[in-house]
Amino acid sequence: MNLTLKIWRQKDSNTKGQMVDYKVTDISEHMSFLEMMDVLNEQLVNSGDEPVAFDHDCREGICGMCSMYINGEAHGPDRGVTTCQLHMRMFKDGDTITIEPFRAAAFPVIKDLVVDRMAFERIQQAGGYISVNTSGNTQDANSIPISKHAADEAMDAATCIGCGACVATCKNSSAMLFVGAKVSQYALLPQGQVEATDRVLNMVAQMDAEGFGNCTNTGACEVECPKGISLDNIARMNRELMKANLK
Amino acid sequence: MSVLNSKVPKGPIKDKWTTYKDHIDLVNPANKRHIDVIVVGTGLAGGSAAATLAELGYNVKAFCYQDSPRRAHSIAAQGGINAAKNYQGDGDSTYRLFYDTVKGGDYRSREANVYRLAEVSANIIDQCVAQGVPFARDYGGLLDNRSFGGVLVSRTFYAKGQTGQQLLLGAYSAMNRQIARGKIQMYNRHEMLDVVKVDGKARGIIARDLITGKIERHSAHAVVIASGGYGNVYFLSTNAMGSNATAAWKIHKKGAFFANPCYTQIHPTCIPRSGDYQSKLTLMSESLRNDGRIWVPKNMDDVMAIREGRKKPTDLAEDERDYYLERRYPAFGNLVPRDVASRAAKERCDAGYGVNATGEAVYLDFASAINRYGKEQAKLNHIENPSDEKIYELGQAIVEAKYGNLFQMYEKIVDENPYKTPMMIYPATHYTMGGVWVDYNLMTTVDGLYCIGEANFSDHGANRLGASALMQGLADGYFVLPYTIGDYLSDDIRTGPISTETKEFEDAEKEVTDRINFFMNNNGTKSVDHFHKRLGKVMWDKVGMARNEKGLKEAMAEIKQIREEFWKDVKVPGSANEMNPELEKAGRVADFLELGELFAKDALERNESCGGHFREESVELDGEQKGEAKRNDKEYAFVSAWEYKGEPSEAVLHKEELEFKDIELKQRSYK
Repeated sequence: MNLTLKIWRQKDSNTKGQMVDYKVTDISEHMSFLEMMDVLNEQLVNSGDEPVAFDHDCREGICGMCSMYINGEAHGPDRGVTTCQLHMRMFKDGDTITIEPFRAAAFPVIKDLVVDRMAFERIQQAGGYISVNTSGNTQDANSIPISKHAADEAMDAATCIGCGACVATCKNSSAMLFVGAKVSQYALLPQGQVEATDRVLNMVAQMDAEGFGNCTNTGACEVECPKGISLDNIARMNRELMKANLK
Repeated sequence: MSVLNSKVPKGPIKDKWTTYKDHIDLVNPANKRHIDVIVVGTGLAGGSAAATLAELGYNVKAFCYQDSPRRAHSIAAQGGINAAKNYQGDGDSTYRLFYDTVKGGDYRSREANVYRLAEVSANIIDQCVAQGVPFARDYGGLLDNRSFGGVLVSRTFYAKGQTGQQLLLGAYSAMNRQIARGKIQMYNRHEMLDVVKVDGKARGIIARDLITGKIERHSAHAVVIASGGYGNVYFLSTNAMGSNATAAWKIHKKGAFFANPCYTQIHPTCIPRSGDYQSKLTLMSESLRNDGRIWVPKNMDDVMAIREGRKKPTDLAEDERDYYLERRYPAFGNLVPRDVASRAAKERCDAGYGVNATGEAVYLDFASAINRYGKEQAKLNHIENPSDEKIYELGQAIVEAKYGNLFQMYEKIVDENPYKTPMMIYPATHYTMGGVWVDYNLMTTVDGLYCIGEANFSDHGANRLGASALMQGLADGYFVLPYTIGDYLSDDIRTGPISTETKEFEDAEKEVTDRINFFMNNNGTKSVDHFHKRLGKVMWDKVGMARNEKGLKEAMAEIKQIREEFWKDVKVPGSANEMNPELEKAGRVADFLELGELFAKDALERNESCGGHFREESVELDGEQKGEAKRNDKEYAFVSAWEYKGEPSEAVLHKEELEFKDIELKQRSYK
């Protein structure tokens, strides 16, 4: 198929960006979206232009590096996938596709479609861990049984890939799904209880300091999340936060 | 006389590690504060090492090319992690894990290292659970296990099909705690472009800030390379797009020997290639082979009918199918090790039985598993005389619970429903057992320069068993390196900070800058990918699953030719002082173009078939094992460690003879 691409080009964080039109031809429906971008970039290199910078790495939907906003949706029109797993069979010959970076005040653009997600790193550093040193003498892994239900729920929360689609999707640029997922993982496990109070207070404080907005329960983040992280995690975080504030 | 000293401690294998740890020199906590360690790469090995070294009190500087340590490609490991816990009571033990790993590696690994790996495996699970890694559990709340290819016990711990992700996030959380304390300085979006040696010791690195293009000098008392494998030398592999061998190759050029480059794992269960635009291949966990049966049609008429769309795989009756693994290897069946399963698929496809348009695909069929589970569930739920539909429905639910995310991934890529029609699979490059040579301390042939995880060569011999990569990465990073590096650093407590304002740093920086400037000013006509794809094709065709003398010699000549063209004609757009992905790729491909030639040279030199390395000249000619790989212990029971001498073709071979005192060398038989 033949497509028109409208892509956000921006030289660096200090320069103003703009949408630029490109044409690509003979795109196979079996290609992934990023393979289509590879075709465009090969075309640009061969014609002496600068290729479009975009983040990507594993190309199997797990590293969380790819981050495009395609036709007004984080990771494009398909559900439960990242951009690298999006296939061109989702588009039709002659389509015009708009491709922008994830937009949020806390995610400044570095170049073209690449954004800075260091805010997520700082939130994790504020409390996204259990303080246990490596010793080889921790207790046996089976010494604390954990109900299958709790373990499965913790796993569902821990499956977050940290891509930032929730933030890009949210009209408030809220990071509560991301933070809620991490708080929930530990809140559901006995190992996470000891530091639960400080964790939720510190992570939420850092989230606010980074300039992410609040949650107004529209649920768009849950819909666009490539890993299906549930809104329940936000509710659980709020509960944890309330408990912590009452202590 | 070999210059290699493996430094394996004396004494019985069961006591080596404990006795060794009891006697090595330690650095006292106050002195650790004055010692800096650089860790390059933040996957399971690098991430766990960085966190543990920081916990111990060292000042760590960690580097990754991604925007976060959490994105390292360990994240994509699906199936699980082995540990000799014997929670299932099926007779597992440290010795059995050690034995299986040495046997699975086709007797080409170092016994002492593998025993230590098996020994610390149980600690890894304890540590990860303490960190909050949500491993799968059974209804009693205890940890669940899976079985994996090449072994007869269930010792694999898992977190759905995302075990690597959960383990990496565990190591990442441990890193975050240390980053918050200031004990790890994290350099995201940085790429190491060279190592700096001072008086023969590794004392720092030159790195490029991938956002600004700035070239930076970083010093330390020791440098740890944890940059993963070199599978992307094939262009198409299951590695991430950015996975590269640059750090490992640069240290090789500065004196670290490179061992066994020809030992590469071609993973049997990947989604087949669909066209020339393909940028990478997707692996599906080998755990699928627990329940999936692999087959191709028995009759060529059916093969053609399927390829032309006249028949569907489900139209074929049982006796029209060739379950070739079950036929050839009745004892292990679909659970033979990866190298055996991959070659068997290639054998059928080469004979013309491939089931897709490219002729490079076989079926992985879950119909019998769905049926078996369905009947079991019907019985459990007291359903009398269940209909076929009911059995299917109940069975599908079980298969979905076990492999749901893999089935979803397959369906998204191939656009077919694997619950209804068998999956198509074909082998793809996945893991490299070869890598930088290290001694028992995980130190390379350069003092103060360490190499851990997939980037080193040490524990998997000529073939790695499933669920052992995660185990090795975390063993090296959590439990081995943090001890052994102390023994070396104990001599450095009076050294003080290492200055970067020295001639050594200046020279290394100039070398890096010159190369970048060369690329920017080359004004060639062809893209980096053009050369990478050509290299990949030569590697796959001539240094792939089956190799022979003629092909390997041709490969060496062709790779050299491509390399020369690359330097004359490569085109890198943009500028050096900004984010420039094409420039990053150019540097990596330049290194692959050298590594590929050494790889072929190593494969040529090793005229035996062992593990992932199959030489067509070395097969059993008769008997029960006819046609199977033939190892040659008399002449090749050694590690090939290559010393850099300029051109890859001129590399000098050093042999580390492998001694097997605790395991008898046998032919691997999975029949």
